[in-house]
Amino acid sequence: MHSVIEEIQRFSPGALFWPLHSEWAWLVYALAFACCAALALAWMAVMAMAWTYGERKIAGFIQGRIGPNRVGPWGLLQPIADGIKLLAKEDVIPRISSRVLYVLAPALVFIGALLPFAALPFSERLVPVDMELALLYILAFEAIEVIGILMAGWAPGSKWSLYGGMRLAAQMLSYEIPMGLCVLVIVLLCGSLDFTEIVAWQSTTAWGLEHPWILGWAIFRSPAALLAFFIFYIGGLAATKRAPFDLPEAESELVAGYHTEYSGMRFAFFFMAEYASMYVICALCAILFLGGWHGPLPVPSVPDGATITGRWLEFTGSLDAADKAPLLRLAAASFELFQDPQSMRIMLREAIGAVNMLGKSFALYFIMIWVRWTLPRIRIDQVMYLCLKVLLPFALGCVVWTMIQVALFP
Amino acid sequence: MNSARENRSPDAIESLRTEELMINMGPQHPSTHGVLRLVIRTDGELVSEAWPHIGYLHRSFEKIGESVNYNQVVPYTDRLDYLASMNNALAYCLAVERLAAIEVPLRAAYLRVIMAELNRIASHLVAFGTYALDLGAFTPFLYGFREREDILAIFEQASGARLLYHYPRIGGVARDIGPDTVQAIRRFITVMRAAWPEYNALLSNNAIFIKRTANVGIVPRAQAIAHGLTGPCLRGSGISYDVRKAHPYSHYEDFTFAIPVGEGKMGTLGDCWDRYWVRMVEILESLKIIEQALDGLPQGPFLAKLPRTVKVPAGEVYVPCENPRGELGFYLVAQGKPQAMRLKVRAPSFCNLSITNALARGVLVADVVAIIGSIDIVLGEVDR
Repeated sequence: MHSVIEEIQRFSPGALFWPLHSEWAWLVYALAFACCAALALAWMAVMAMAWTYGERKIAGFIQGRIGPNRVGPWGLLQPIADGIKLLAKEDVIPRISSRVLYVLAPALVFIGALLPFAALPFSERLVPVDMELALLYILAFEAIEVIGILMAGWAPGSKWSLYGGMRLAAQMLSYEIPMGLCVLVIVLLCGSLDFTEIVAWQSTTAWGLEHPWILGWAIFRSPAALLAFFIFYIGGLAATKRAPFDLPEAESELVAGYHTEYSGMRFAFFFMAEYASMYVICALCAILFLGGWHGPLPVPSVPDGATITGRWLEFTGSLDAADKAPLLRLAAASFELFQDPQSMRIMLREAIGAVNMLGKSFALYFIMIWVRWTLPRIRIDQVMYLCLKVLLPFALGCVVWTMIQVALFP
Repeated sequence: MNSARENRSPDAIESLRTEELMINMGPQHPSTHGVLRLVIRTDGELVSEAWPHIGYLHRSFEKIGESVNYNQVVPYTDRLDYLASMNNALAYCLAVERLAAIEVPLRAAYLRVIMAELNRIASHLVAFGTYALDLGAFTPFLYGFREREDILAIFEQASGARLLYHYPRIGGVARDIGPDTVQAIRRFITVMRAAWPEYNALLSNNAIFIKRTANVGIVPRAQAIAHGLTGPCLRGSGISYDVRKAHPYSHYEDFTFAIPVGEGKMGTLGDCWDRYWVRMVEILESLKIIEQALDGLPQGPFLAKLPRTVKVPAGEVYVPCENPRGELGFYLVAQGKPQAMRLKVRAPSFCNLSITNALARGVLVADVVAIIGSIDIVLGEVDR
């Protein structure tokens, strides 16, 4: 258990010169949580915005054109310009809409897309909240987003929106089941819903090797996991409403589907939520099937139980407390931290882990974009056929295979 | 409590009753190719009827054609099917020339063929791209426009315009083309031949594309004839009828080319994929025609010597031409005046559109889009 929240709880000045049992302790905790939430929100927003730019550049590359290049160097400020434009736009609420639902829907979608970020790790210890049920938590909040979109489909009273909502309902019933079964394969194999343990399982002995490098990844360990990876990824495309499964917002059929009537910032919420949940799906894929922060770059090992805060507290304790002000003491300890090989090793480990994790997630993200700009859209009955009659039996087969495998070779 | 439930139950049944949804698709809709308005009756996603409503782009072309001089009508024809301006103007000029018995120089006839076939390719490239757009694939659209850009550059060299060329004139063409234009056309032919397999790899043979278009919107042979379909829509149903072969004009008889017809290669004969594929193969056939016309391009004048105001004797004529979208016919009645007494356009898009409702029964909303796209209409021509 080394989540950022806990680290901050220990790290907070309160641990040193603000007794945690004082009546103001709640404030420390509240601040710590607020910082974490702000960080998660900032990461989500910045990444989603960066990827809108990335998607447009990649689309341009695929289509033999340049893409955004007017605002800022190489058009890098384009997402900011877009954001300002959306902020400045009129917020239209149709008169016949159910006002409460209409206003609530984008918020719910956005919250549903934001909350998974609380449990998404960058590397082993760089995780906002390290919870044992992280996997379940993320899947649950991914599903909350769907409720928001159903609301958005119903609320404006537009027929196109209604179609979008209807399609999403049908689509969700189709992709959720095979996706859930694919997750089950991994859960069965490593016996945990905790990301730390799932990745730890993927970095331990496999194929007779003590340090299996990428051979320890789930997809290389079991054919069922390999198949489950593809099914999960396809399901993920459907879950994030990306082409070829972008039926709920099918531009050429339903104008804009569920967000036809939304404008300005409310539309931006849907937009950001889509890019954010794409990252969530890709990160899930990377953690569950591709070893998370383990490999391909080798991660240096550190002694069990060694943490940065642990070292830091040691240093603060070892310093002569008598003649220095508390803040100076903190600074000195922090300075000491950067000269300590063990702390540096921990930091390096986390940094390399984060590079691994983000590299894999972003590679999957890139493939999502590549697919979108290549394939036509499937019809709704074909989506249901694909998910329920093709993916579902295969996913079930994966689960059964894994059950047998786990039972015979525990 | 009990009575309340009793009172509620009929209401509950009442509220559970489903009703059909009428939706307006267009005139402002991304995939109605302009300002077509479809009123669709649906049960969920299932379409029971789709009525096309037209007239949002009506500009009184025929009436204008009866009130201005023959020469002055030509630029208006550009605006009928604005994706095939060359072909429109060619058809109109042919009608006037036949009525007035004007001999067109051979070089002019060949230049007209080259431009008409280039424009056919350009039009089919747009059809290819927009059809992909309708089905949710964005990239083929830009690929199609990439090659179309070369054609537009050639047209710009020849006529000075990129969309509405006013290039074919009564008695010939507006301007001769130079060796640089000939070279540009030859370069385009190689570029297009290289790009064609790319299109197929990207779209034609894509599994999802085939799933969306094969066995959708099937037009049997008899129905195609009954609805007066022409062009790729007719040939997609396996009927080998092409005005260029059946009633050759502008020396089309000098060139060898095949008439591609639908074969039901991916599904049933006459489905959306067949219509789409006919257009794709026609691009190659047009390239062949252009190549032959360039090889045999004779020297000589490019415009017949005519008085400023064309003298057209009394009489009537109907001249059909093979446009990218089908048979475009101009019916002219002249009374010896500088203006026509009656001008009637047989617009292929208008006639092809008539089959929409027959095809849209019992399909999904997404299929309606696929069907409209495969008929490939241009509203400028439907409404005139």
